[in-house]
Amino acid sequence: MKQFFYFIRKEFYHLLRDRRTLFILFGMPVTQILIFGFALTNEVKNSRIAILDNSKDEATTAIIHQLEASRYFDIVENLNSYAELEPTFQKGQIRLAVVFPEKFQSSLLHTNAAPIQLIADATDPNVANTLTNYASAIIMDYQNSMKETQDFPYTISTELRMLYNPQLKGSYNFVPGVMAMVLMLVGAMMTSISIVREKELGTMEIILVSPIVPIRVIVAKMVPYLLLSMVNIASILLLSVYALDVPINGSLTLLVFECFLFTLTALALGLLISSISDSQQVAMLVSLMGLFLPTIMFSGFMFPIENMPIPLQVISNFVPAKWFYYIVKDVMIKGTGLETVWKETLILLGMLIVLLTISIKKFKVRLE
Amino acid sequence: MSNAAAISVSDLTKQFGDFTAVDAITFEVQQGEIFGFLGANGAGKTTAMRMLCGLSLPTSGKANVAGFDLYKESEKIKKNIGYMSQKFSLYEDLTIRENNRFYGGIYGLTDQQIKEKTQFMLKHLHLESQADTLVKALPLGWKQKLSFSVSMIHDPKIVFLDEPTGGVDPITRREFWTMIYEAAHRGTTVFVTTHYMDEAEYCDRVSIMVDGRIEALDTPAALTKQYNAKGMAEVFVQLARKAKRSDN
Amino acid sequence: MRVLRILLEKEFRQIFRNPAILRLIFIMPIVQLLVLPLAADYEVKDINIAVVDQDHSSYSRSLTNKISASKYFNLVEYTNSYDEAIRGVEKDEADVVLQIPASFEKDLVKDDKAQLFMALNAINGVKANLGGVYLRSIINDFNGEVRLEWLQLPRFNPQPIIQISSINWFNPLLNYQFFMVPGILVILVTMVGSFLAALNIVKEKEIGTIEQINVTPIRKHQFILGKLIPFWVLGMVVLSIGLLLARVFYGIIPEGSLLTIYIFAVVYLLSVLGLGLLISTYTETQQQAMLISFFIIMIFILLGGLYTSIDSMPYWAQVFTKFNPVTYFIEVMRMVVLKGSSLYDIRQHLLIVTGFGIILNVWAVINYKKRS
Repeated sequence: MKQFFYFIRKEFYHLLRDRRTLFILFGMPVTQILIFGFALTNEVKNSRIAILDNSKDEATTAIIHQLEASRYFDIVENLNSYAELEPTFQKGQIRLAVVFPEKFQSSLLHTNAAPIQLIADATDPNVANTLTNYASAIIMDYQNSMKETQDFPYTISTELRMLYNPQLKGSYNFVPGVMAMVLMLVGAMMTSISIVREKELGTMEIILVSPIVPIRVIVAKMVPYLLLSMVNIASILLLSVYALDVPINGSLTLLVFECFLFTLTALALGLLISSISDSQQVAMLVSLMGLFLPTIMFSGFMFPIENMPIPLQVISNFVPAKWFYYIVKDVMIKGTGLETVWKETLILLGMLIVLLTISIKKFKVRLE
Repeated sequence: MSNAAAISVSDLTKQFGDFTAVDAITFEVQQGEIFGFLGANGAGKTTAMRMLCGLSLPTSGKANVAGFDLYKESEKIKKNIGYMSQKFSLYEDLTIRENNRFYGGIYGLTDQQIKEKTQFMLKHLHLESQADTLVKALPLGWKQKLSFSVSMIHDPKIVFLDEPTGGVDPITRREFWTMIYEAAHRGTTVFVTTHYMDEAEYCDRVSIMVDGRIEALDTPAALTKQYNAKGMAEVFVQLARKAKRSDN
Repeated sequence: MRVLRILLEKEFRQIFRNPAILRLIFIMPIVQLLVLPLAADYEVKDINIAVVDQDHSSYSRSLTNKISASKYFNLVEYTNSYDEAIRGVEKDEADVVLQIPASFEKDLVKDDKAQLFMALNAINGVKANLGGVYLRSIINDFNGEVRLEWLQLPRFNPQPIIQISSINWFNPLLNYQFFMVPGILVILVTMVGSFLAALNIVKEKEIGTIEQINVTPIRKHQFILGKLIPFWVLGMVVLSIGLLLARVFYGIIPEGSLLTIYIFAVVYLLSVLGLGLLISTYTETQQQAMLISFFIIMIFILLGGLYTSIDSMPYWAQVFTKFNPVTYFIEVMRMVVLKGSSLYDIRQHLLIVTGFGIILNVWAVINYKKRS
């Protein structure tokens, strides 16, 4: 038993002495959280738009004023002719153009009908949709304000409530995803590299010849990364709660337990990868391509799984991160408890057991 | 050829922070000499050699290699020296021929010259059939001899060998040293570091480094007499003991 | 010149003998381009809605029908109880709850006004936003139909109506893949460029062959060029494979000229490679090189406007994007492929990225010391 602790200590030394690596392993989650939390948002605001006002009358000025005042839009160009539209878009300056025809106000007042054209750069379809809708809403508001009579008869009004995330913060979606990503990276990739490096350097054989049981060697290799992962989780959670105002609505104990479970799964994956790689380069590439990318793609935090074609949705079920992401979202943000996530927890547990069995078996074979 | 020393070193020092790896060493190596640079692991021999090859900048001191100043003309030095590192020098994923082509080309040999040298080398080492094998498939002893040959491909004035015979059987070592003799015979100065004391006997002159300083410098014969020893190994042990005693 | 040629021969030989790299170069584009755009479909559709009908009137039923007929929504629950509907949201079976209160029809007909209640699962902000927008527009339509039933509008409409027509340019089918694929191409090229280049030099450091190089009379710039050019070529190859795949599988044919793309790619690759080389001059092991370049590239990609809009970023992040070569390439790709922008249009981008390339590469050469 004492030997085991010596091994663990040695592994810690390896980790702690490589300052650059350590810095990245700590710094990455922190940076990601900060970026996701503060810089990335799906909210649409300050979008650059252009106005082509062929009337320049009171009505158009009023509408333009409303658009300007809205936080969704930033008017950056006032164009003079239709011909200028396409080049302006091509220069990449604007996402939407609002075109007023000639004699706008007089058409509106005398014939009670006047057109406005909204031209959207549909390169990003969602943004185009959203901008078009916001602009339409602003224009509609103006239209309604023009009526002499009060409310339109037979009006249905809708009251809206945003659940769990009233401010539509992107971070609620991202934080669980970043957790999954970081745990995969640290747990799986680093562990596999660490084991393979020992193989490459040849020191693995020395260890194998020593009286220590080989499995204990492997476990010793995992321990520092297990701890590092838990530290990372702690820092992510702290940052999320205090810097990003992301709540932990559910039980912290349950959350930590699930993180621990997932970390173990990642470690088991790392072990599996190391047993099929001969060199560090291979271990790295397999971890990246075979683990990391699928984690990002199929966990559901960046790309909505329900939009994927069926075969991809099926694949996503085999990615542990998907289940973890779901669990964390539920427990952390929705605040539900084990009764909602017991199924997913069991699935994760099952994956862990299967992975451990396979990788230990493979490892033993390799050693012989 | 002038009679100037191939290598002349004066008070050469290398410090890493507080640690003085090489402590003001002074010596000269004559052209065509086989100069052995001995010492225990950590005595500073590799550091010293790396300075002379232009891989490491000295902290202080003066040196001239192949007639050029170590500080100001290090690139000129490189044209005139060959080097065989401890980890060998060949690319494992290239064939013998390709390695030659690479190193020969770097040193400015024409295609014709490279071809001739390669032919000669392969014949000499009886490796003609392996010309197009990847180096990593060759046994260790062949790799070593090959490394040496390749480091000489441009007929340098001086060749630096850093512990070249690690891990091979005594027969291969003997063959290796035959190659070294042949090179020296042709006028190449050979600067070799080693911790095999029996190889010391093969050198023209030997210096022994202890704790960063040169504690002895002479022919093997003179040294064994001076220290009343039966062989270089004993000389070394006597000197190394001194180091232990002067350990803080 | 000859030395450079010899260096390049060696580099290319080594690259082609390394199965891992080859696999990476050919498989990665395929996987990324084929799978990612399929996975990365942000179009909001199939929103699961639970309708709580406490009115059970003909109006509430016809509104519900209208909703379930819409292509945006899937009616997953039709119930009496608000709580049950909310539980559905908790279990992720529903994304939106629409509550039709008990006197809906009566209020609307008698009092001229009625109110509905919407609750949206806002964890996914985009979905919530658009879900709300779509539902509102269905309700508005329904509202209009109700009015039509009850009001006889005079021929000359006393209420002024602004007719809004909206057009979508450059991507009229609102195909999300048109948006993602150019961006993914950028990631591909960036990763091959910086990643592999960094790993390559550090590997030589780790193995020790770099010492052998340092002892020879090779000049620093020759060595760096010798490392730069092969990966530059590889980057262009990957780009070409990517463009081909984009055309074959997604029907994406650049509106603008391919030449423009390639010219920009030449410059872009140089700067990204410069980054990789720079990283390798600062690291000792492959593991470090990989982690650091991964870290930096990841930041660049996230803050490059790939899937979130730069306009929405806070000021400091926007400033950062100005120093991020990835931002420029993503913009250029989208501009040239979808909008047909010309070389002239992107001249500023070209200039800036060239500047980056020069700075990074010069820095790498200066930093590389043959003698430590």
